[in-house]
Amino acid sequence: METPDNLKYSKDHEWVKVEGDTAIIGITAYAQGELGDIVFVDVDTVGDDLTEGDVFGTIEAVKTVSDLFMPIDGEILEINEGIDANPEIINTDPYGKGWIVKISIADSSQLEALLTAGQYKDLT
Amino acid sequence: MSAKNTPFIKQHEALGAKIVEFAGYNMPIQYTSINEEHKVVRETAGVFDVSHMGEFVFKGEYALDLLQRVSSNDVSTLAIGQIQYGYMPNISGGIIDDMLVYRIEDQVYMMVVNAANLDKDWDWIKSHNTASCDMFNISDNTALLAVQGPKAAEILQSLTDLDLAGMKYYTFKKGVFASCKNVLVSATGYTGAGGFEIYFQKEDADTIWDKMFEVGSSKGLRAIGLAARDTLRLEKGYNLYGNDIDETTSPLEAGLSWVTKFSKEFVNSINLKAEKEAGRKNALVGFKMIDRGIPRHDYELKDKDGNPIGKVTSGTMSPTLKQGIGMGYVKSEFANENSTIFVSVRDKLLEAVVVKLPFVK
Repeated sequence: METPDNLKYSKDHEWVKVEGDTAIIGITAYAQGELGDIVFVDVDTVGDDLTEGDVFGTIEAVKTVSDLFMPIDGEILEINEGIDANPEIINTDPYGKGWIVKISIADSSQLEALLTAGQYKDLT
Repeated sequence: MSAKNTPFIKQHEALGAKIVEFAGYNMPIQYTSINEEHKVVRETAGVFDVSHMGEFVFKGEYALDLLQRVSSNDVSTLAIGQIQYGYMPNISGGIIDDMLVYRIEDQVYMMVVNAANLDKDWDWIKSHNTASCDMFNISDNTALLAVQGPKAAEILQSLTDLDLAGMKYYTFKKGVFASCKNVLVSATGYTGAGGFEIYFQKEDADTIWDKMFEVGSSKGLRAIGLAARDTLRLEKGYNLYGNDIDETTSPLEAGLSWVTKFSKEFVNSINLKAEKEAGRKNALVGFKMIDRGIPRHDYELKDKDGNPIGKVTSGTMSPTLKQGIGMGYVKSEFANENSTIFVSVRDKLLEAVVVKLPFVK
């Protein structure tokens, strides 16, 4: 299972890509594999200031539904509109076109607590 | 207690199936993708290992009496070679299980039951077997593959002299299949896609699996997991025991009146008859989502003001319709086609509309 080295990871099987003051969040290749065919992503928290651990949306697969958690504090700036029409791109390209939200980073020190690719691999 | 394997566990593992324990068996839930597998069955044909299902055989002069006692349907109308759907009522207004009954010979019947209920069903039937009819549980020696889809007959025909395309729905034939003797080919299924359910001795499992794919692979035949079986049955509005019906649900509210024959006496028939005359308080209905969202088992159903009117029993994103679909019990006044109902999804009320089943024709 692919686990890119340039990303940070959460124990909730999300990845975080830091881009200056903002971060892109998606779910890992392992997570999409466990969920199976993803059919709907429900995020209606754009503009909300959330803290680490808050649910910012849900991801629905054919057989199951799973919450999406904030890996760090921040404001939801944007949702990937591409996954609205084609949620299956999360299955086919979880680290690329299948990104889920863009957030502002409220406290960059929280990034230190996230897992490295190596640590995340040990978890799965 | 560790889970049992069907005779096809090697095949599932070789195909890289995701294996999940279900009803005490290690079962393939999916091989590649649920949506892809679903489509294969709707358009071509797929093979499901459903060897976990239970098979009981009843023999002798008291077999019919026993079946008439436990089944809601009228087993006396079955001719040899025919199959009948029915359910076993309990004495408190609910359902022990739903099942198929095959009339194999004049005084020989086979009953096919849900794997999760096998032991319970056996004990239940035995407790009604006052005339000591011979009962045999052949489940552990019987393998079952369902080959479902519009191309099933065409793909399998070269494996048998039985005329597959000519078989009527809910009939069966016994004969040689894939050079194995004594195979029962049944024109039934749980997908609404057409096709067959094929019962045989577990010793023949490898031969039959291999030969099916030998003749079928080039025509698009694929192994299909239980997850797609669930989305396929739900698109057709078929009840699933444990989800839509159980020990506490009324068969009449579940829409099983068509297999409830008051022309004979059976377990709890007097109470069910009275219930029928009093009219249904609730009804199992199918609904489609108007708002975007997916209904799931146990989500609450509400009216427009948020008052509870029932519960979702099955739900999914329909792979064919690309829309959320579900079944659930609602108060009778919301059971009419086109009634607006709401599904409570987390903190939101999502609009849905009651529709006629099946969801997919």
